[in-house]
Amino acid sequence: MNIHEYQAKEILNAFGIPIPRGRVALTADQVERAAKEMGGRCVVKAQIYAGGRGKAGGVKLVHHPEQAQTLAKELFGKSLVTPQTGPEGLRVRRILVEEAVDIAREFYLSITLDRGTSRYVLIASAEGGMDIEEVAAKSPEKIQTLNIDPFTGLRPFQARHIALQLGLTGSVCEDCVTLILNLYRVCLEKDCALVEINPLVVTQAGWLMAMDAKITFDDNAIFRHREYPDMMDYSQLDPLEITAGKYDLAYIKLTGSIGCLVNGAGLAMATLDVLKEFGGEPANFLDVGGGATREKVAEAFKIILQDKDVKGIFVNIFGGIMRCDVIAHGIIEAASEVNCTLPIVVRMDGSQVEEGKRLLTESGLNVQCGDNLGDAAGKIVRMLG
Amino acid sequence: MSILINNSSKIVVQGITGRSGLFHTQQCREYGSHIVAGVTPGKGGIHIEGIPVFNTVAEAVKYTEANVSMIFVPPPGAADAILEAADAGLELAVCITEGIPVRDMVPVKGMINQSKMRLVGPNCPGVITPGECKIGIMPGHIHKAGKIGVVSRSGTLTYEAVKQLTDNGLGQSTCVGIGGDPIIGMNFIDVLSLFNEDPQTEGVFMIGEIGGAAEEEAAYWIKKNMKKPVGAFIAGVTAPPGKRMGHAGAIITGGKGKAEDKIRTLSECGVVVATSPTRMGDAMQEAMAAGTRKKSK
Repeated sequence: MNIHEYQAKEILNAFGIPIPRGRVALTADQVERAAKEMGGRCVVKAQIYAGGRGKAGGVKLVHHPEQAQTLAKELFGKSLVTPQTGPEGLRVRRILVEEAVDIAREFYLSITLDRGTSRYVLIASAEGGMDIEEVAAKSPEKIQTLNIDPFTGLRPFQARHIALQLGLTGSVCEDCVTLILNLYRVCLEKDCALVEINPLVVTQAGWLMAMDAKITFDDNAIFRHREYPDMMDYSQLDPLEITAGKYDLAYIKLTGSIGCLVNGAGLAMATLDVLKEFGGEPANFLDVGGGATREKVAEAFKIILQDKDVKGIFVNIFGGIMRCDVIAHGIIEAASEVNCTLPIVVRMDGSQVEEGKRLLTESGLNVQCGDNLGDAAGKIVRMLG
Repeated sequence: MSILINNSSKIVVQGITGRSGLFHTQQCREYGSHIVAGVTPGKGGIHIEGIPVFNTVAEAVKYTEANVSMIFVPPPGAADAILEAADAGLELAVCITEGIPVRDMVPVKGMINQSKMRLVGPNCPGVITPGECKIGIMPGHIHKAGKIGVVSRSGTLTYEAVKQLTDNGLGQSTCVGIGGDPIIGMNFIDVLSLFNEDPQTEGVFMIGEIGGAAEEEAAYWIKKNMKKPVGAFIAGVTAPPGKRMGHAGAIITGGKGKAEDKIRTLSECGVVVATSPTRMGDAMQEAMAAGTRKKSK
């Protein structure tokens, strides 16, 4: 789960990490007032769930409150397109107005999971403000990494080693040690998949400050953080993805016309692959879960049909423990309830498969059954072709 | 022979009194697995479906000599359940639970590395040795005893692969679902090395997906060590970058974890990679045929 920059900064600040003075605004007038508060010269930052905002015009230094207001009017309601958003971009609904800070040096600092070692890893670089993946590709020697032992945790001497490697000395170095240790506390206590400060700066006055921050929460840990769902900005998500989330379905909108309903993530990916192989374009990725209950199949069907680009539906269920006749009932129920007239091709396997197929063919729906994955994929592609 | 489990495995089910724990306990028992005990803290002393329930895994081991655990404990308590299984001296724990936080799994993985217990999963379909023992949620009837080892990060896609193998007349020695989470117990290489030493296993089919680098690491290991033919399929050739495809681990980030890179590396290392999910069984057959040709040379 993603949150906005200003929310990430609030969390960092609560753990003792210094951030610039700032205010979140929902209207251009609020932006103007906030800019006045900051003394006129300030930074206006569009809040979206993606990086690369600067180059897309979403982050600008302004010199007067009126200038801030004019810029805000432009940004609000506009969709920012960055390399991370996809071609349709993300709508700007919130703007962060921050005091302008005179920067002496910039660094990169983050903690995330290293899948190779199954440990959290601290990543630091003296090349701050840059895209870290670019730095990693071009000059890997400029990146420091430290694998954190889960039993001893991150130790002050290790943090000091990193701070010294960044070229910090004296009291700023010791401030950085404290900051790094606090960042690890944020990562653990808030169950972060990623906590990133980029750039971390030393100001002209000699203070450390998190100028930009990104936090991604571990979706699996939401059960112990009741505040997380309220932090979500739903304007940044596809409405169908939100509905799917409510029913615990994994749904991702794609650009084609074949709606897909599959049980299990791996099989769902393989289903997209096979449709493309046969020349079809999937409209979505949808995983109803390995168990595929009747209720989930019914909800999934409704979500797919809300997508106006969908011209036909491909159902691929490997029944496993769940019986195919039960799944067939779910499909028939959902399709009848929403008066679905679109062509449907169903590929089912598992127990009671013949009974499931019979129910479907006798249902009066515009449905065909495929004998296996290839046969079924070919059918739906031909029907829409 | 087989790997990890067979008809002498004695199973304790952690979380046996939960809805899915009980359902799958019954399913596994119907398949022929020996379920000797259940564990649910606070419910020790009762019997469920004739199976004695204990408060702790240690008690279950003491009274029933269970040596393998199947874990259905919900996410908040699942990491603790794995550690308890290790502490009780079990040989193997198969954790089915989906949705365990990473923060909980980091120390568990650290402990497991120092323990003699093997962990399969979490977030996996389990392990099955066809005709002998099933520990997990996979449908038993699609499997057929034979000589192909199967190792997979996926759930239902594994069923698809197994069905194609069975339809092609290729039975299975053991099928291991290692799970789709970023932190798992046994990885591809751990399972491949067991298959490599198992006399019943004559070839291995491997199912991977986008995200991470586990498939590439396995490919290099196969090139160096594997004595038996390997077939493979990688799901997600058409997956868009930056989108998490269901599994917590399945995501292409920063240009890493792409299916095409995994497929290329596997092919370069001598693995026969199925070009389509409809041809997984064919790929395995091709790998076996190529293996026979190599031997006769």
